Amino acid sequence: MNKQHYNFAYLDEQTKRMIRRAILKGIAVPGYQVPFASREMPMPYGWGTGGVQVTAAVLGRDDVLKVIDQGSDDTTNAVAIRGFFKKTAGVETTTQTREATVIQTRHRIPEEPLKAHQILVYQVPIPEPLRFLEPRETETRKMHALSEYGLMHVKLYEDITRHGHIATTYAYPVQVDGHYVMDPSPTPKFDNPKMQRMAALQLFGAGREKRIYAIPPHTEVVSLDFDDHPFSIQQWDRPCELCGARDSYLDEIVLDDKGKRMFACSDTDHCERRQSAQGEARHG
Amino acid sequence: MGAMSTAIQRGFDDPVHDSQRAFRAIMAALAEPGLEMALDVPAFVPEPLHPAAATILLTLCDYDTPVHLEGVLAARQGVRDFLGFNTGAPLAAGPAEAAFAVAGYNGGLPDPTQFSQGTAEYPDRSTTLILALGDARPGQAVGLRGPGIADMRTTSLPGIDHAYWRVLANNRAAYPLGIDVIFTMGRRIVGLPRSTRIAIQGG
Repeated sequence: MNKQHYNFAYLDEQTKRMIRRAILKGIAVPGYQVPFASREMPMPYGWGTGGVQVTAAVLGRDDVLKVIDQGSDDTTNAVAIRGFFKKTAGVETTTQTREATVIQTRHRIPEEPLKAHQILVYQVPIPEPLRFLEPRETETRKMHALSEYGLMHVKLYEDITRHGHIATTYAYPVQVDGHYVMDPSPTPKFDNPKMQRMAALQLFGAGREKRIYAIPPHTEVVSLDFDDHPFSIQQWDRPCELCGARDSYLDEIVLDDKGKRMFACSDTDHCERRQSAQGEARHG
Repeated sequence: MGAMSTAIQRGFDDPVHDSQRAFRAIMAALAEPGLEMALDVPAFVPEPLHPAAATILLTLCDYDTPVHLEGVLAARQGVRDFLGFNTGAPLAAGPAEAAFAVAGYNGGLPDPTQFSQGTAEYPDRSTTLILALGDARPGQAVGLRGPGIADMRTTSLPGIDHAYWRVLANNRAAYPLGIDVIFTMGRRIVGLPRSTRIAIQGG
């Protein structure tokens, strides 16, 4: 691919304008899914085409881009998308959360609290939180319009009757600014509290489903629950084996075929920074 | 050559990067209601358009976005040419059909209900109002709350008194229906999306 033959950040200007208009509507109506004319991208659906289009529409020459996949900067999806924007936009990239101005993510929110003027772009596979409960778009649109979410509460209640607790552990539905119920994308529910009144702007892009939605900074984002079954996040009975963190989301990593395994931070930047800080403390 | 001297002027010098920078400022303005942002503006802006309004039109409009120009603007050939040549945006049949509306140039403030409010299922099908504020009279302060605001943001805008703030507060009554407003003051802008709650002191 010769970058000379492409516009800055790959997309043509009319497409960027269309996406930018959708982003502004999403910001004005937090949690509402704005339809947009999603384009064919040079990667298959399911690889972050929605996130990539949102990133391409907001990205500028002075931005510093970070891309993570399951918290990691060095998995295939993250490396490919970072390389894509390096090539088509020539922007600086980083793996450090605090250095980035735009962070595109699949399935995690960085452990380090995001700051004002950072932008977090989520890759979203299925934007409609009610889709598995009601397949008709005409009906889910009405439910959203009326803020009628009884069906979602029934689903969570059925979890409780079947398992004794709410068994939904990822893509856990949230209500935004007291109106729209929204799918936070398949992030673990561990990350839901980070969305609440986050200082950074959150943008969501679903390429195949052609939807964009947004949460402005400092917005109320509440995970759905019941008074007697309040929302709770995952906890581990051991710390990260690499950095010792007790407050981060841990991945279970299988080490051999004899059942040996370890638990380590899924956010690689967070883990590495903690490890190097500990190394410096040890060596003075 | 006489005709050429009044010929259509181009908008951005560097359309790709100028519009990207402007978009980020417009996005920040709507993401943080009440906070003032400055826009880079094109070298040529047709009278009497505010430079920031010209930048917003160049950044967001194209053949997909019917634009409503307030009477005094629609009467100006220079404004119509600038919009048509640089963006290709058609003029809207009326305010209720407009994706964007440009107003505030005829000495009054517009009634927000004349614009498209969107529909219950598709609240995004609403008008975004680009409203010019004069600099003559200071405005009355209000408190803004809601998405994009950490607690409360006290704001006053030139020429906007409590009576018009009440009109704007009513825009929130049918949420998620309603219009989003971008105020322009020369090259500066302030965003007021429909999600913002307006608290009027003593009102």
